[in-house]
Formats: sequence, structure tokens, C-alpha cells
Amino acid sequence: MADGTPTTFSSEVVGKTLTKADFVESVYSRIGGLSRRDAAEVVDLLFESVKETLARGEAVKISGFGNFEVRDKKARVGRNPQTGRDIEISARRVLTFKASQVLKDQLNE
Amino acid sequence: MNKSELVERLAERAKVTKKRAEQVVNLVFDQMTQALKRGERIEIRGFGSFTSKAYPAYTGRNPRTGETIHVPAKRLPFFKVGKELKERVDYAPGARPRSPVAVGSDDASGYPAPALDDADDATEDLAAAPDDDDDNAHDDESEGAIV
Repeated sequence: MADGTPTTFSSEVVGKTLTKADFVESVYSRIGGLSRRDAAEVVDLLFESVKETLARGEAVKISGFGNFEVRDKKARVGRNPQTGRDIEISARRVLTFKASQVLKDQLNE
Repeated sequence: MNKSELVERLAERAKVTKKRAEQVVNLVFDQMTQALKRGERIEIRGFGSFTSKAYPAYTGRNPRTGETIHVPAKRLPFFKVGKELKERVDYAPGARPRSPVAVGSDDASGYPAPALDDADDATEDLAAAPDDDDDNAHDDESEGAIV
């Protein structure tokens, strides 16, 4: 699996960044019956489906990878580090990712 | 939404079979895992980026028993949400709940009061808000438990 990434770089290159184009390439080359265009669309729709779910405030749990959860943060008083003044940080809704134990173990094999 | 629900949603939207949608979902998340294993970064525009960070080994102490323990070097994955998704997840403008926080009176005037178009929704949001603090408590727990 590790050598299957269809990129022009060797996997030894430090600082390589995987992008959507890499996913499209591997979906295209490893899953039969999809044109490159189809592959690009299905990869886009995958991330779009995850985003839409999270935008509704619903969690997305990918077993073996991790959980994306939306949390409501209450308003609180913070401080402007430049002026030292108290400012209000408004209530907000943020996304958190919690890696699954399986993923953590994979990174430490 | 779990993985099989995501597979179903993707099959519907991309008009592909469930089997094919499942292959795509598995392939993409597997490819991400493999990249993180190699220490690579993943950047998905509009979604976010994943990185992994290496931590050196250290000698710690079990806070309960006082026992000295060796914590081995480890690599941990991190996710940083992208701008577009961050904005989509946050409250829509105008739907932000009013805060009960009192700010020092000298500068309160410098900040506009949050606009409240829909006061009912805002109140519900506040009531439903989980305790922020348990966030950190969990992390601490799991860190301590991995030994």
C-alpha cells in the first residue's frame, strides 16, 4: 500500500503533501470503471458530503480513522495580548478531530 | 454519520453503486493513513489539513501511584480545519447566541453587540451547549492512560 501513491516524488521526500489530486489519481487507477473525470467528481462529493454533515452540526465518525465533531463553545472573556484589555470572545461552533486509536497505533507501528 | 452512512450518501450523490462508493471511501481514508504513517502532510482545500507530530520519549510519573513510568517516543496525528469548513460549521451570521459574559466596562463599548435575528434559536443553542471543559479532561485522561 505504502508504495502505491501515484506521484512523481519518491515517498522518501520529506515534506511531501498529499492533495485531492492524489486521491483522484488513486481512485482512477485502482477502482475500475471510472473515468478520471468521474474519479474527480466522486472524491469531491466524498468531502462535500462530510462537510455538509458537519455544517448541520452532526458528527462524522470514520471507524479506523477518527471522529469529526462539532462543539458549541460558550462565549468567554479573553484578552487582547497586545493591549492587555479584556475582550469578549463570542460563542462559536468549532470542529474538532479526534484520531481513532487504530490510526494512532498505525503511526507508531 | 458513520462510515456506512457516508458510503450510502456518496453512492446516492455520485450515482455509483454502494460497493463502488465503499471502495472510494476506504481507499481515500486508507491513503490518508498511509501518508500520515510516512510522515507526510495532507491538505484538502476547503476541508482542512492533517499532519503528524513526533514526540520524544520521556520519563513520567503515574499521578495516582507516584510510580515512575517510561513513555516511549510517539507520533500523533493532528487536524487543522480549513477556512471554508470552519466558517460553515460556525454559527450563521446573526444566529450567534447572545453571550452572558460580562466584559470590563471600560472597553465594552468598543465591541458591537452581537446581532440576534433569531433569539429563540440562539437560546436553544446555548442551552444545548455541552460543557467546554470536558474537552480537555478527556485529552488528559487518554494521554495518561496510554502507557
